[in-house]
Amino acid sequence: MAEKNAPTDAPLVDMRNISIAFGGIRAVDDASIDLFPGEVVGLLGHNGAGKSTLIKILSGAYKRDAGQIFVNGEEAPISNPRDAKKYGIETIYQTLALADNVDAAANLFLGRELRTAWGTLDDVAMEAEARKVMGRLNPRFQRFKEPVIKLSGGQRQSVAIARAILFNARILIMDEPTAALGPQETAQVGELVRQLKADGIGIFLISHDIHDVFELADRVCVMKNGQVVGTARTGDVTQDEVLGMIILGKCPPGAIPGPGALKIAA
Amino acid sequence: MTDTTSDTPANPAADRARASELSAVGRFLKATELDTRMLGMVGALLIIWIGLHVISSLRLGVNPLDFDSRTFLTPRNLWNLSVQTSAVAIMASGMVLVIVMRNIDLSVGSAEGLIGMVMGFAQVHFLVRMVGLELGNPWIWVLALAIGLALGLLIGAFQGFVIAYLEVPAFIVTLGGLLVWRGAAWWVTSGQTVAPLDATFQLMGGGPAGSIGARWSWIVGVVACLAVVFALFNGRVQRKRFRFPLRPIWAETLLGAVTCAVIMGAVWLANSYPWPVGIVNRYAAANNITVPEGGLFIAHGIAIPVLMAVAVGLIMTFITKRTRFGRYVFAIGGNPEAANLAGINTRWITMKVFMIMGVLATIAAAISSARQNSSTNALGTLDELLVIAAAVIGGTSLAGGSGTVLGAMLGALLMQSLQSGMVLLGVDSPLQSIVVGAVLVIAVWLDTIYRKRV
Repeated sequence: MAEKNAPTDAPLVDMRNISIAFGGIRAVDDASIDLFPGEVVGLLGHNGAGKSTLIKILSGAYKRDAGQIFVNGEEAPISNPRDAKKYGIETIYQTLALADNVDAAANLFLGRELRTAWGTLDDVAMEAEARKVMGRLNPRFQRFKEPVIKLSGGQRQSVAIARAILFNARILIMDEPTAALGPQETAQVGELVRQLKADGIGIFLISHDIHDVFELADRVCVMKNGQVVGTARTGDVTQDEVLGMIILGKCPPGAIPGPGALKIAA
Repeated sequence: MTDTTSDTPANPAADRARASELSAVGRFLKATELDTRMLGMVGALLIIWIGLHVISSLRLGVNPLDFDSRTFLTPRNLWNLSVQTSAVAIMASGMVLVIVMRNIDLSVGSAEGLIGMVMGFAQVHFLVRMVGLELGNPWIWVLALAIGLALGLLIGAFQGFVIAYLEVPAFIVTLGGLLVWRGAAWWVTSGQTVAPLDATFQLMGGGPAGSIGARWSWIVGVVACLAVVFALFNGRVQRKRFRFPLRPIWAETLLGAVTCAVIMGAVWLANSYPWPVGIVNRYAAANNITVPEGGLFIAHGIAIPVLMAVAVGLIMTFITKRTRFGRYVFAIGGNPEAANLAGINTRWITMKVFMIMGVLATIAAAISSARQNSSTNALGTLDELLVIAAAVIGGTSLAGGSGTVLGAMLGALLMQSLQSGMVLLGVDSPLQSIVVGAVLVIAVWLDTIYRKRV
């Protein structure tokens, strides 16, 4: 699978030497990571390893202290969520980040509302678009008039996913996209990931579930204590080796070591 | 991502099957798409009105169905009620936005007082003595109001800036404002009352001159009815365009008919309240009209402050429902972090909401000072509490994220009805406070129960 999608041209995203600190704690320390079109990169690590923080820097939620971000080989000065969206970077947050008191269509278009010729909200057009995209993800979904707080966990998740794919994202960040889902829905998210991948979209997949990641990702990147332990093609390492990277920070021979790799005394 | 917990059927046939399971009331509500909470408010208002009417009739020993002129449900009393409600209703419409965004504004009463003093000072002293405009110059009221609007905007912008950008809690900033603006109001004239106000400015306070008369009231009523019919029709066309479910024709007709009946009923009421005899006689003498036997009937018609309140209500409803700004206010109230991640400039929206509040405080100040034909530094004292209470009784949740302009304005009317009614019944003012306070708490308690069940 990794061979088939072997990247050839410039990376879609290239984050170089990113650092950020919160009150003296280096949440991300000199981390570098890249992503190619049509590729899924799984980001693994313990809670607090810095993977969500690193990805929030890409989506513009946090402002990095140091480092550079390149999109399609050009430097992208991303300092807020609006900037990130300009570069086609869409995010499905772990918390879903939905405005609970408004309906699905309002959430899908939040910040990018369709407007009529008079500049007012075109709710009818937005709802029509929402029906289209939700129909693709969750054909039985009908509760377009209700605030999303009344929806079930799975429905809310599909609203969050629909929002990310609605605007022709080129780079998709999925932070624990299946955390709230049952097995059947999880399988559907997997199907969606393969479909988006086939469309040439690059995906960062953050997950606790190493099996999930091995099934979907072309490469894995493991973080520990804010640093990158190493990056590897999923075909070149075993799940046990990746577990070793996560727990011990030990980089196996099949992986390219990062600054966080355990230094073996020579 | 099929969802098994969904309780909404996927096809129209099942939809109909489900609808037939509902009770008659349920079917009615589903067909008309009416908000049950709003219906509850209207119901509560009607109960209060009828209750006050019956009690006031019984106290006088008259039959409630005779509608004696000293009871509650009379054109005179309801007309006065509408004028008394305007200022608080106008500010309550802005307080909805403030509270929806999880903020509070305790300074509106004091800001109203300061702005009222400044506008009074501007028209009586500044524009006449210092700028040199003649008394009665038509520009005086325009300039005075413009100065007031600028000041209101500035006060709102300043408080909004401190809240949004310096991150001081709104409660504290506006609590400071409550003291600061009241103190500043005293300073404008060292506490002296400014009176009388410009004659044109006074029209904003209502009264026989500040009402639009019978003919124009009917015209306003007819135009409003046409607008309602057009809005219903347009909504239907829009829904058809995207093949959304439509309301049944009978429901559309009923909604249109009831709304138009309420509008025309209100106009009829306003046109049933005649000018006082003294004013009619003076007017007749000035215009060389002979007063027929039994007196001349000149109707007040709708009062200008009421028209202003209705206009503000429509504009604020439009802003909350149809503009991007309004959508953002609600989204921020629902989940500030999500709004931020969606790329919304939450700070600037917060500041704008307080600026709107400042402008509305100016309009309220103009109405209140024009109504008393004077600016005093006590103008608007405790109004902040009435305004917040009106918004909350009207269904605005202090937790943020929900509320409607119409509800808040109805809340203002409800509070004012209670207060005026108690004055009519001769209830002591301490007891009035006790009743209003108790009603506020009970209303919010009922609303809490409602929210849990729906």
